[in-house]
Amino acid sequence: MALVLTEEQSMLRDSARGLISDKAPVSHLRHLRDSKDPTGFSKEFWHSFAEMGFAGLLVPEEFGGSGLGFVEAGVIMEEIGRTLMPSPFLATSVVAASALNRGGNAAQKAEFLPKISSGSLLATLAIDEGAKHRPLQTNLQAVRAGNGFKLSGAKALVVDGHVADLLIVAARTVGSPGEREGLTLFLVNPAAKGVAVERTIMVDAHNAARIEFANVEVDADSVLGEVDQGAGLLDGVLDIGRGAVASEMVGLSEEVFGRTVEYLKSRKQFGKLIGEFQALQHRAAELYVDIEITRAAVMKALQALDADIAKAASAVAVAKARAGTTATRAVQEGVQMHGGMGMTDQFDIGFFMKRARVCEELFGDANYHTEQLARARGY
Amino acid sequence: MTDTVAGDSEAADLETFRVETRAWLEANCPPEMRKPATSDADVFWGGRNAKFSSEPQRVWFERMRDKGWTVPDWPKEYGGGGLSAVEHKVLRAEMGRIGARPPLSSFGIWMLGPALLKYGNEAQKKEHLPKIAAGLIRWCQGYSEPNAGSDLASLQTRAESDGDDFVITGQKIWTSYANYADWIFCLVRTDPTAKKHDGISFILFDMASKGVTTKPILLISGYSPFCETFFDNVRVPKSQVVGTVNRGWDVAKYLLQHERAMISGMGERGVGRPLGQIAADSVGTDAAGRLDDAMLRGRIASFDVDEAALAACAERAVDLAKAGQAHPAFSSAMKYYGTELNKRRYEILMSAGGVDALEWESERSRQGARPRAWLRTKANSIEGGTSEVMLGIVAKRILDLPGA
Repeated sequence: MALVLTEEQSMLRDSARGLISDKAPVSHLRHLRDSKDPTGFSKEFWHSFAEMGFAGLLVPEEFGGSGLGFVEAGVIMEEIGRTLMPSPFLATSVVAASALNRGGNAAQKAEFLPKISSGSLLATLAIDEGAKHRPLQTNLQAVRAGNGFKLSGAKALVVDGHVADLLIVAARTVGSPGEREGLTLFLVNPAAKGVAVERTIMVDAHNAARIEFANVEVDADSVLGEVDQGAGLLDGVLDIGRGAVASEMVGLSEEVFGRTVEYLKSRKQFGKLIGEFQALQHRAAELYVDIEITRAAVMKALQALDADIAKAASAVAVAKARAGTTATRAVQEGVQMHGGMGMTDQFDIGFFMKRARVCEELFGDANYHTEQLARARGY
Repeated sequence: MTDTVAGDSEAADLETFRVETRAWLEANCPPEMRKPATSDADVFWGGRNAKFSSEPQRVWFERMRDKGWTVPDWPKEYGGGGLSAVEHKVLRAEMGRIGARPPLSSFGIWMLGPALLKYGNEAQKKEHLPKIAAGLIRWCQGYSEPNAGSDLASLQTRAESDGDDFVITGQKIWTSYANYADWIFCLVRTDPTAKKHDGISFILFDMASKGVTTKPILLISGYSPFCETFFDNVRVPKSQVVGTVNRGWDVAKYLLQHERAMISGMGERGVGRPLGQIAADSVGTDAAGRLDDAMLRGRIASFDVDEAALAACAERAVDLAKAGQAHPAFSSAMKYYGTELNKRRYEILMSAGGVDALEWESERSRQGARPRAWLRTKANSIEGGTSEVMLGIVAKRILDLPGA
């Protein structure tokens, strides 16, 4: 498979870019933030997204989706990264849709996937509990009770948690934190008794929540996949999310870089364009190389996911690690090279820095994924 | 619909090619040739005085040569394998799968060949390409001069017109393996009055010509892969100019793109044992099987991430070129990153090896293979254009920054 977009994928990119840059430039995020919008994204725009077939991009056609792959999802995420558009695409259309599609039984798929495709259902994965992404450390307890389970514990950084209609909750049914055995995914209605959702306004002005579960009763039908054996399903779903966030970071990095290079070509000091200074030229060139290499690594990972999710882990680890490091560098250079302007809230560049920091933590930072690669290679 | 059908049959053909190639390589690549060369002496460079270092090396070279697979993507009429870009990619992948070495190392293959294919006339292609493909002639590169390093276009070696010949006088430096080479591709100044980029010609001649002398330069590695090369009234027929007289800089730049691609390739070697396992031999592991040096382990893991990403980028660069979407200066970006990465690899190998990596002359250390290779890599970010020159090219030609 060539590591370039096909003609169809390029067309998808163009239509997504047209829509997003037109309807949701960075000022859209700024407006949502400043107006303290209770939803945190534009419902109207989400409907346009659904009409374009993007909400159900990964959902099979039999459930009303577009039946496309992870490279295509990455194409959309990259465009989202360029304008930082808050939208349910990541949590609902990529992560939750993949969890339901890969782990769901016929009834679960039939119930939820068509609603995701139409844009009428928002869903999200609740995974992290501590300050850092450590899926195997999951300690939210699910204890058998009657025909079902009772869930107790707390989740953090639940993307879109305060607006989601469906929570996919990673819980421990047996064993201790750190063990692969004993993880189970549950479909939980956030309106159920005992669920307490607190919207957490994050540094990047995107949606997240902390959610507490106090003896929340769920029936046996709400298990997604197999009881105690959820780790495999979770690995794949998380890798899909990682590939998507890495794509967002590539789009974000390129946008920041493009804006920075334009600034180097227009800002004058000492009677010269600052882009004439070799100290800045070389740093800009290094960043360009970093972004190009990261873009290739991310595309490689998305293709690997499309080919065989079970064999994509190392490629995904490389992609997410690189994307985190590159985006961090891009936003830091972006602010620095914009000088005092880069420090102002009025200037957009800071939004990118904030979003990059959140993306870095989402589904594991560069350290986490570098560690995963080291373990996979046996040293 | 017809497109899909054609696409399907192309894919089927390619799959057949993959299966056949895999079987052929399995049957024909000797086991000894499925691991990296242990030293420079273990690499086959061809040429008039070529000697094989082992029987498997000879067998492997001859079998590949007979299929045209020393230069798989060159046209068959010039001794190549005539493979398409996608077939070539499959062959590379299949060779990589079993760790097969290149059967022939050659500046003729990596540098001159592509330039001749683009700029050479038919007689020059017919004369030189088949001999490169068959490993009969070993080439060297006459580019740098004592006063023309990063500023290559300021070169001063003169070529004066005399009837049907040019008479060449001057000095080159850092001429790789000039003392072993049969022919040289050389940049000479044919018009001293023109602006510096405009008076240069690209010319080929036999190193056995009267007036050519070479003198090896001893490097910090203790080896002499480079020479000083002197030309004292060397007479060369004008027919041996490639491209147009005084337009040699175009050829030179095109060739440099290939040279940089070649050097950047040094940074991505997926084959062989992972660095972390090599390090474990000397550093040891803890109870959990992890390297018993957390900081080194972190450095290696970061290196592995970057190496894998660079490999993807190299693959993508080929695919972009195939799709006509490549930026011509992108090889400078790859050269910069690949060489810096290779230096990192050897710094890690030296840290990991500790005291063992310091032995310079012993059987145990294979005559200091590791420290000598480590020192050799320091030239990677200098030869073929320094890292700083590469970044300047990226800034100017790709980013279009002012005054760069």
